[in-house]
Amino acid sequence: MNWEPLILTFKLALVTTIILFVIAIPVAYKLSKSSSRLKPVVEALVSMPLVLPPTVLGFYFLIAFSPNNALGSWLSEWLGIKLIFSFPGLVVASIIYSLPFMVHPIQAGLSGISKSITEASYVMGKSKWETLLRVQLPQIKPALLTGIVLSFAHTVGEFGVVLMIGGNIPGKTKVASIAIYDEVEALNYDVANAYSLVLFAITFSILLVVYLVNGKYLKRFWK
Amino acid sequence: MIQIDLKKTLQGANGSMLLELNLEIAEGQFVTLYGPSGAGKTSTLRMIAGLMPPDSGKLIVGGVVWFDSENRKNLSIQKRGVGYVFQDYALFPHMTVLENLNFAKAKNTQQTLINQLLELMELGDLQHRKPETLSGGQKQRVALARSVVQQPKILLLDEPLAALDAAIRHKLQGYLKRIHDEFKLTTILISHDVGEIVKLSDYVYHLEAGKLIAHGKPETLFMGQSISGKFKFTGEVLVIQHEEIVSVLSILINTQVVKVVVSHEEATKLQPGNHVLVVSKAFNPLVYKLEN
Repeated sequence: MNWEPLILTFKLALVTTIILFVIAIPVAYKLSKSSSRLKPVVEALVSMPLVLPPTVLGFYFLIAFSPNNALGSWLSEWLGIKLIFSFPGLVVASIIYSLPFMVHPIQAGLSGISKSITEASYVMGKSKWETLLRVQLPQIKPALLTGIVLSFAHTVGEFGVVLMIGGNIPGKTKVASIAIYDEVEALNYDVANAYSLVLFAITFSILLVVYLVNGKYLKRFWK
Repeated sequence: MIQIDLKKTLQGANGSMLLELNLEIAEGQFVTLYGPSGAGKTSTLRMIAGLMPPDSGKLIVGGVVWFDSENRKNLSIQKRGVGYVFQDYALFPHMTVLENLNFAKAKNTQQTLINQLLELMELGDLQHRKPETLSGGQKQRVALARSVVQQPKILLLDEPLAALDAAIRHKLQGYLKRIHDEFKLTTILISHDVGEIVKLSDYVYHLEAGKLIAHGKPETLFMGQSISGKFKFTGEVLVIQHEEIVSVLSILINTQVVKVVVSHEEATKLQPGNHVLVVSKAFNPLVYKLEN
């Protein structure tokens, strides 16, 4: 069995999750505080990947970032970035594809913090930034963990978007889910099964850990 | 001195209401805002703290303009540096008592102040506990201590003792007084408890539906009538039972239901839900000492 697709999958998921974490916190913070009329529009856009077929998302990415189009050619000419059939392209697509899985738990967590706790911090002369870092985020650790793990797991499991925008280039864009499809098409059921089992076991373990930690079962072992 | 001249339209349960205040509070005083729910008491505190922007008017504290709608001046919450005790205590749940107090430190706060507060509020033994393990009264002591860590000039207390039982209230009133005197604060308290107001405050402002309807020293405002030797309570009629000779009213006074006997004639004027004033002579009643 070739380990390359699996390593690539987890590399993609890791990079995506880290970037997504940084992006999602300000987005969730704004959404949790906003009462703007534009809020439902932004919320709908953030949630779109939940219901949109991944192939649709991948298709539009392909069109938008194609070197034959304005955006794609501008990116490759001015910044030297090629997003089609490349690893950076997979990361960008994955970030958008997994955005709701990171934003939703954090937004729910932040909205759940009692208003007076945030106000108490302001009254003590602490800035919004300091309040976010020292008061709000530490209180929603379970939500942060849920967001991180769901985004990671969701990126591991993506197929349609990756296939559309990344194709099937070994070592660059051939992630595990595509490798499985590839092997099945070639009737190599044993290899497909090996990849599948690894994915199955790892995703199960990740989710199990989340439920254990968030369910506070582990607390008694830590104390 | 705090000069308050503020207007704000509030959206309440009974539609919109104009909160209109014009008052001056001398430095070092302990004043109370008194009045029914929805009168605008909490909004007043929030406007002073900067948590709620007024529609118009001026707020000047110790000669410094905190808010002035004409000159578009509005000092940020962070720069006002008031002490504020919230109704729900608002302790940070992920920090211990000591960490809660330390969080409130300004750059120039001395660690000795924290120790002094822990001692003054008798929190030394609790300092490494998380808020979730504390009782209501203990939480309130932490909130109170935390509110003065940054050494504010003004302390705002939004019904700090409302959720506590009588014995603990009594004890905490002592702490409030101690904090006020020790740190030479100007304190503004919201309270419904007349006993508490008389015990603690120098001056009372009575608010109703956004307007100041009376103000004065607590003795004159509340005790004027009781010197005549009568008990006076306001309450709500819950049930009227017509017996053979008399009628029995069940009246809710504060949180207690009291049964009162009246004649049939008097009872016919009343209906359940009516608000009533119950007056009785206070000559030689039974007086029991309560343990504190």
